[in-house]
Amino acid sequence: MPFGDMSTPLKHVRGLGPAKSGTDHFWRQRLTAVANVPLTIAFVFIVVALLGRNHAAVVQILGSPLIAVIMLLFIISVTTHMRIGMQVIIEDYVHDEARKLVMLVANTFFAVAVGLASAFAILTLSFKV
Amino acid sequence: MAETKAPAERPLSPHLFIYRPMLTMMMSIVHRITGAALYFGTLLVAWWLLAAASGPKPYAGIGSFMNSFFGRLILFGYTWALMHHMLGGIRHLIWDTGRGFGPHEREWLAMANLVGSISLTVLIWIVGYLFIGGPR
Repeated sequence: MPFGDMSTPLKHVRGLGPAKSGTDHFWRQRLTAVANVPLTIAFVFIVVALLGRNHAAVVQILGSPLIAVIMLLFIISVTTHMRIGMQVIIEDYVHDEARKLVMLVANTFFAVAVGLASAFAILTLSFKV
Repeated sequence: MAETKAPAERPLSPHLFIYRPMLTMMMSIVHRITGAALYFGTLLVAWWLLAAASGPKPYAGIGSFMNSFFGRLILFGYTWALMHHMLGGIRHLIWDTGRGFGPHEREWLAMANLVGSISLTVLIWIVGYLFIGGPR
């Protein structure tokens, strides 16, 4: 340990601290937040435009390249953003180490599963068109 | 040596409940609650997309659920949460630039967030109903 370093070895062992990546969380959170604004507006427009349409029309529109790409970007940005956000909520309120770890793992699993299922559906739709 | 005593009852830093509720504070709490609600709301989006990809029958299934009173209630709540969290996020991005922290500015931002989210939600639903009612 270099002279003057007041941190304990535990910090280096656990690898859970903000060491070397303290701003990464903040930056990704803001980056996806900025991306979410136009993507959410586009998402609302798409959903409203699809209201009441039959299945064939919905497949046609959701599967068209431009809409499919916008939807994919929306899904990727939103699921990334929500994973980071829920992580903060868990870290704020769950103080039992084991429970926290389980919930953090479940959080990532949930976000990845929702994101991948949605992305898979969008790709399936665009290959049907 | 004296015996080890139980730690004295020292005052802890005050928690949320001792403060008089203020608009900016409520908006901060609501921002987190809407974020958590939207987290689970993405299940609806995934369900909707998977149903559309699965075929006409599953798509009709989610359609009939969304058309029920309960389904519409969830959708209305989802719309508001989405708009509120989006505008609240923009408020945070403004704060990130170091602006909007003055007493009047932050009150104004909080009100604009609330009024904006309700207005946008109502607007989206009016347009939504017009679309459904319109020619297909």
